[in-house]
Amino acid sequence: MNVKPQQLKADTMAVGKALAHDSAERHVQGTAPYIDDLREPEGLLHVAPGLSPAARGILRSLDLSAVRAAPGVVAVLTAADIPGVNDCSPAMGDDPIFAVKEIEFHGQVLFAVVARTRDQARRAARLAKVEISEKKPAVSVDDGLKSGKTVLDPYEFRRGEAEAAISSAPHKVSGALRIGGQEHFYLEGQISMALPGEGSEMKVMCSTQHPSEVQHLVARMLARPEAMIVCECRRMGGGFGGKESQAGQWACLAALAAHVTGQPCKIRLDRDDDMVATGKRHDFAVEWQAAHDEKGVLEAVDVTFNSRCGYSADLSLGVNDRTMFHADNSYFYPQVRIRSNRVKTNTVSNTAFRGFGGPQGMVFAERMMDEIAVKLGADPLEIRKRNFYAKGRDVTPYGMTVEDNILKQLVGELERSSDYRARRKEIARFNATSRYLKKGIALNPVKFGIAFTLKHLNQAGALVHVYTDGSIQVNHGGTEMGQGLYLKVAQVVAEEFGVDISRVRITATVTDKVPNTTPTAASSGADLNGMAAKKAAETIRQRMAEVAAKFWQGKAGEVRFSQGMVIVGGREVPFAEVAKKCFLERVQLSATGYYATPKITWDRETASGNPFLYFAYGASCSEVLIDTLTGENRVTRADILHDVGSSLNPALDIGQVEGGFVQGVGWLTTEELVFDEKGRLRTHAPSTYKIPTAFDVPEDFRVKLWESKGNRASTIYRSKAVGEPPVMLATSVFSAIFHAIASINPGKVPQLDAPATAEAVLKAVEGMG
Amino acid sequence: MPRAKLVFMRNGKRVEETEVSPNETLLDYLRLRERSCGTKEGCNEGDCGACTVAVGSMRKGRMVYEPVNACIRLLAQIDGCDVITVDDLASEGELHPVQKAMVEQHGSQCGFCTPGIVMSLFTLYHSGQKPDRQRVNDWLAGNLCRCTGYRPIADAALLAIDGNADDALATRSAGTLKALKAMQDGEDIFIGNTDRFVAAPASIEALAKLVAKHPDATIVSGATDVGLWITKQLRELPRIILTGRAAGFDAITSSKSGLRVGAGATYAQAFDALAGIDPDIGEVVRRIGSKQVRASGTIGGNIANGSPIGDMPPMLIALGAQLELMKGKKTRVMALEDFFIDYGKQNRQAGELVSAVEIPRLARNQHFRAYKISKRFDQDISAVMAAFRITVEKGKMTEARIAFGGMAGTPKRASNAEAALVGVSIANEADWETAIAALADDFTPLTDMRASAGYRMRVAQNLLRKALTEIAGKASDETRVAGRRERLEAAQ
Repeated sequence: MNVKPQQLKADTMAVGKALAHDSAERHVQGTAPYIDDLREPEGLLHVAPGLSPAARGILRSLDLSAVRAAPGVVAVLTAADIPGVNDCSPAMGDDPIFAVKEIEFHGQVLFAVVARTRDQARRAARLAKVEISEKKPAVSVDDGLKSGKTVLDPYEFRRGEAEAAISSAPHKVSGALRIGGQEHFYLEGQISMALPGEGSEMKVMCSTQHPSEVQHLVARMLARPEAMIVCECRRMGGGFGGKESQAGQWACLAALAAHVTGQPCKIRLDRDDDMVATGKRHDFAVEWQAAHDEKGVLEAVDVTFNSRCGYSADLSLGVNDRTMFHADNSYFYPQVRIRSNRVKTNTVSNTAFRGFGGPQGMVFAERMMDEIAVKLGADPLEIRKRNFYAKGRDVTPYGMTVEDNILKQLVGELERSSDYRARRKEIARFNATSRYLKKGIALNPVKFGIAFTLKHLNQAGALVHVYTDGSIQVNHGGTEMGQGLYLKVAQVVAEEFGVDISRVRITATVTDKVPNTTPTAASSGADLNGMAAKKAAETIRQRMAEVAAKFWQGKAGEVRFSQGMVIVGGREVPFAEVAKKCFLERVQLSATGYYATPKITWDRETASGNPFLYFAYGASCSEVLIDTLTGENRVTRADILHDVGSSLNPALDIGQVEGGFVQGVGWLTTEELVFDEKGRLRTHAPSTYKIPTAFDVPEDFRVKLWESKGNRASTIYRSKAVGEPPVMLATSVFSAIFHAIASINPGKVPQLDAPATAEAVLKAVEGMG
Repeated sequence: MPRAKLVFMRNGKRVEETEVSPNETLLDYLRLRERSCGTKEGCNEGDCGACTVAVGSMRKGRMVYEPVNACIRLLAQIDGCDVITVDDLASEGELHPVQKAMVEQHGSQCGFCTPGIVMSLFTLYHSGQKPDRQRVNDWLAGNLCRCTGYRPIADAALLAIDGNADDALATRSAGTLKALKAMQDGEDIFIGNTDRFVAAPASIEALAKLVAKHPDATIVSGATDVGLWITKQLRELPRIILTGRAAGFDAITSSKSGLRVGAGATYAQAFDALAGIDPDIGEVVRRIGSKQVRASGTIGGNIANGSPIGDMPPMLIALGAQLELMKGKKTRVMALEDFFIDYGKQNRQAGELVSAVEIPRLARNQHFRAYKISKRFDQDISAVMAAFRITVEKGKMTEARIAFGGMAGTPKRASNAEAALVGVSIANEADWETAIAALADDFTPLTDMRASAGYRMRVAQNLLRKALTEIAGKASDETRVAGRRERLEAAQ
């Protein structure tokens, strides 16, 4: 394997360096504590939820006497115990902490047990006698469409008269595609520990991407002021969107238990409960039609996305909007209609998952390219390139002009470095003579918009302290889930002060240091928090420069901070000495920083303005081998070129690119969520739900960061967000499988849904006649 | 008097435990009793590997460290072993070579799977091999990482592991061996009372006697299945009899005509012998569970639990294996297929113990093929498991033994298809069709989360076609996307 991180910047202290994750040494020794590893406070009680055995119906009775009588049980909680509001939804007020009457999905929380040990709590939770008048649940997207129920209103982007253009066009394609959901499978399951304080105070340790929301939910549930509640998260054992809104309910249960018992309480979900009771990536049924010219250049596109949202809105508005924002991926649609139906089903409420709806939009766009190519007998890469955004063809379906387009150069470079053309020819030769095995190759682009499409979320705060020994502490609103955000922000701060990274200590994210934060999501963690921390550091640095100028005969404007020294008036003074001097001079060594992303003008009501600050680009070329007798398939090689602007940390960025790609490959191949007709998830453990293992990583895996001159947008050190975009690089694997199948009967379009399990592939193969 | 306590080594120090609940797992012991919290719980069912620890035992006079899922390993099973966890590796502030390589290669992101990965790599480090990437992938099949995409982890392994172990554990290995030897007191272990106990008889005789005495006790070998009854179903198993301590119960004896595999032999122990019969068996066994599961799970356990989706029984049935059962001092032998009566029902009497399986070798004119179809290649339960032994004489098939898993409530032979192949030319594809179609008379598979009934039937038919194609002479390079026979044979 060939991984070449970008050239390191020679002239920086910390930014741009391939430093190891700040917790790496503790990770490998098992000494990086997650919440369940923290020394347990005296009298800690354990909470386990009682889940609904039915997917839909009316709760007739809930007999908890056996639960209460079980060994070790201290309390049994229901909605009646909640002093405030029985809701843990992010916005819409439609996610009850405890279901009271209406049962809306299998696994919905009915009650919770508080016991002396976790084992006792789990055992007791199974003793409830539940009577539900069951109704037939709407399980699939189709069921939901049939029932006509939605969790949110439909939404539409429109330019021109796409339907009319398509109906009268000579060259048309149309199709229907199903795209499966995805379980996050963060290795650390949902966990919270609530510690009652004096008076109305409550501290909640929670594995969450959104500590402020947890704080607010707990306050609202307990009818206490937000100022009484503190939420802290040092690190998560993975998030991927699954702890953006989904951590709230468990935090509420722990806090309610602590409120009722007056003792510290912890809840850690068993893996199966976690998979049943928390939301996943939305699955979709997509219907589309398009018109193109004889060269495959699109003239009009009309697509409808029907998504399974589950029983409530959760984050479905933003997720489905983002599907629409990325239904174009990298392609210009002259006339276009994009519709989105947010279908209600009696399943767990689907939620954020890395890419946040974008991947499903792009899978559609890439399928459309692939079908046009099959129909025209053309190289799909040529069809893709002909449809790229370009000068004069650069306005998206939502009206934003693409100004930072590097698709042509980036894809061109990958086309050369991956040897795409020669390999495509070689594959055609192989397929012509190979009876049972077929190969496929695809080179797909990614263009992903960066910013929260909900405008007010694009803000962040940070708090920086310099101590008199020259050590530095940083805190910000972003959370650490493995992506290395803490390190990136620390690198920014070290750079500002010209000190070694070892001087900078990043502390746990906690709502009493930096308040009113937004979730660590939308790939924006470093963009937002890095900038906020930079501003805080600049404030202190300016003060330090003034003190230094005063005492060492220099000009404040000429003072420099480098190599742990402050360079002033021709002298080099140790950073610590200047810090100490500031203290003696009664100059504040602490500052907050605040950042709000500029140029975000999106107005959802009018569907106009710019939802994004910039786009992140990438491309991948994947080759696959399929077995036409069994449908088994392997990715034999993948080449990736990805744009992170000017990298803050190439090692972390490569990690995001590789990890995101493999996660995306899992989503599109082996990861299949199966619900039965009663609405019960049958794949609720790793024994039945299959994420990639080491063997599923391409044998030949070549990952490179694009040699960028830096983000055109004025982001933190001209870097680009990298958390989500790489997931979508995996569409090339799905396309490559499609083309391997298509080779069986040239000109015929394979009917392949996602995920491309062996079964799905065999079905598509057999459909080729 | 049997011994009423456990004696084991914990990172080189002798530990005695008298307080042992029959259902207590090693993970709970580590995290809740020792408060050694480096080892994580990810799934609590032996699939994700976050709880991997190294368990050292004496084998043929030397120390062997194997990765084990602590979440489904019973505490009582570690008697006589040396248990090393991630908390133990760094010495005097110095990272272990695999830890160091993991840091340098950026092998951790969220870090939650990392302790388990480090421990898996630690056992690879002590395996005496210099691995290639395929070996590393295999060694990591039981460690799920959701962040990195594994590449840096595999790179770390390749960098740090060259077959020479030079760490604190290696330095003290002679002492550890001596200590473990001293623990081999030949005593039966019995902790508890007749209503609630965990027992580990030291001999096969004592084991058979105890099983006969407590016919309702749960017999536990690797606990890779029973462990989940405890952690997921929350079943109370008040009486547990462990087979692992019975001397000779894991014996594998090889002769010209065949193998005799003691029921207590783990997949790991039996691997070489089984792969020696046919490379396809080796490849399927390599894909059963993970390194962790194969270090614990036993050939006998996979048969005795009667699962319709176990991977060994179809292969063993196709090979014509015989099963030996033992009750007290009496033994009886039956064709393996006769053991599986119906879903959840086996031909095992109360107090009887599966004791060994006899596996004949392939005759020169017998061709064997086995295929495991699952959603994911490694560490997945089969949707369909197919095994074929076809005897070919002068271009004609004279006998066929075909067995499938995942196609019925038990592992089952395809008698109609078998009959339809007899007398048919191996070279003439058109003549195979009757037998391929006959599979529809042999089986009525079900739809579940692993596959639909339609796919199961179709793939079963296609696998028969594939087997015949290969036996007729097609190289598996042209018929398989992975696990190619020629490469496996070359590697052996």
